[in-house]
Amino acid sequence: MTLFFFLLIAIVTVISAILVIVLRNPIHSALSLVLTFFSIAGLYILLNAQFIAAIQVIVYAGAIMVLFLFVIMLLNLEKEKRVSEKHPLQKAFGVSIALFLLGGIGSIVATGVLYGNMGTETAAKVSAVGNTKAIAGLLFTDWVLPFEITSILLIAAIVGAIVLTKKEL
Amino acid sequence: MLEVVITIGIMLVKMVIVLSVVMLMVAYVTLMERRVLGRMQVRHGPNRVGWQGLLQPIADGTKLFFKEELTVDKANKGLYHLAPVIYMGCALAIYAVIPFGNEIEVLGRVIPLHIADINIGILYVFALSSLGVYGLVLAGWSSNNKYSMLGGLRAAAQMISYELPLGLSIIGVLMLTGSLSMVDIVNAQEHVWFVFLQPFGFLLYLICAFAEVGRTPFDLVECDNEIVAGYQTEYSSMKFAIFYLGEYMHIIAVSAIAVTLFWGGWRGPFLPPVVWFIGKVLAFVFFFIWVRATYPRFRYDQLMRFGWKVLLPLTLLNIVVTALVTLII
Amino acid sequence: MIPLSYYLVLSAILFTIGVVGVLVRRNAIMIFMAIELMLNAVNLSFVAIGKHLDSLDGQVFVFFVMAVAAAEVAVGLAIIVNLSRNKETINVDEINIMKW
Repeated sequence: MTLFFFLLIAIVTVISAILVIVLRNPIHSALSLVLTFFSIAGLYILLNAQFIAAIQVIVYAGAIMVLFLFVIMLLNLEKEKRVSEKHPLQKAFGVSIALFLLGGIGSIVATGVLYGNMGTETAAKVSAVGNTKAIAGLLFTDWVLPFEITSILLIAAIVGAIVLTKKEL
Repeated sequence: MLEVVITIGIMLVKMVIVLSVVMLMVAYVTLMERRVLGRMQVRHGPNRVGWQGLLQPIADGTKLFFKEELTVDKANKGLYHLAPVIYMGCALAIYAVIPFGNEIEVLGRVIPLHIADINIGILYVFALSSLGVYGLVLAGWSSNNKYSMLGGLRAAAQMISYELPLGLSIIGVLMLTGSLSMVDIVNAQEHVWFVFLQPFGFLLYLICAFAEVGRTPFDLVECDNEIVAGYQTEYSSMKFAIFYLGEYMHIIAVSAIAVTLFWGGWRGPFLPPVVWFIGKVLAFVFFFIWVRATYPRFRYDQLMRFGWKVLLPLTLLNIVVTALVTLII
Repeated sequence: MIPLSYYLVLSAILFTIGVVGVLVRRNAIMIFMAIELMLNAVNLSFVAIGKHLDSLDGQVFVFFVMAVAAAEVAVGLAIIVNLSRNKETINVDEINIMKW
């Protein structure tokens, strides 16, 4: 049953991801990217990560992709011409390099053994306190320094975006 | 096996009931809006079709259903048809997590009166309400009309800006409850409703909710004297009706969330819980109409400045104060 | 129970699609979207491995990756808007003078 759902969502994910890079109209690509993010959120739910799934939809589908759509609409992009005159072999090179990469990653996944120390948060333990609470507990204890640094990063990004787009300050 | 079938059957029955009640409420909220608005502007409003105009929504629906369906020639057809569906679907899906009553007993079987109690209930609601923007943006873009486009862009900017204070304004409630589940939040209000503990948070939620559903004084998305009708300019017949229904569903949904988070959900003395819940929601809807009859519209730059420079700092202040108070007590 | 390798293979495929997008497309916004796709592929393997190892650290990492992605998108889109204002194109192969 779970396997069936996994395969279904995985197929949707891969097809919509391919559509993202194949479609020529940027708005259509952006919408298929939204679909990809959605199905990845579905995979997170299969992995028992409900909080991350909700955040995935809110942040990626709800905020980031709306920004993308906003900018695409604002710039009024026309359909992209496929192959550049200057670089006729770009596509062939790109695809072959990516296939090499896939082969490399695939061989590691197929042959390699994953080393790692087993953690203590078993599924039963996490579901007893709730996924959100467990992550929050980690965020504010073990990972509190990166968490605070993230806030500085976000402020820097806000200031950067304003400085870049405002015509005169 | 039988148990599974019965459980699924109960779920389906609950879904059908919620769907039909919501549809009925939407239909009569449109009538209520026109009548109340009429009263407030010292006129009668529609009162000719049936007793006190009670058949007016049916007449409106029939009219819209038989109107000619126009599709703009240069529109992006697929997205043009998809946009109203996204908008209404997102509004409708919110009702899945709202608890509309206590549990009841039918034939010796305890049935809780909510469709789903998921442990990330509030996040689910926010995810859906942020997805509703796609309906508006795509409608604006795909109609291939500059006024629609402006409406879509306005919708995108407004929703993103007000999503933040909307989310932050309810953090106070979540801090008091310690749970994201709507059912837990209602249960935590057994003794005192959160509106008394979080009056400031409630006020901020209310303001942001007005902006989130695009009602006066924040209805710049469809502001008729500037951009015709915004994103829905090129829509006619049932597709227009679906946008209209979606808007009222959003209004009822944010009212239901306000009732659940701040006004004790279905709790109340004497009357049955479901009656209390619907009564409170209708009171909120009345408030929405009242505000529409009272306040003029914001200007767009005022809207943005208000959202970012006033509401956002105030919600953050509310969180800090709540945290300090809970720490001291 | 789905084997971990399924998730890793899916993640590898998504990552490769993202790489192809970056290498093949010319439009800066499309390249940007392909980068988001790659980030998501890595997030997926974080969560999957985290579940395999009974640890929540993977999910915490995904949280940070999302924060970084949001910051990146804000600045990146600002740069793209600026680019189209000044050069009237956002095709990356036509932006080759390193100044304007």
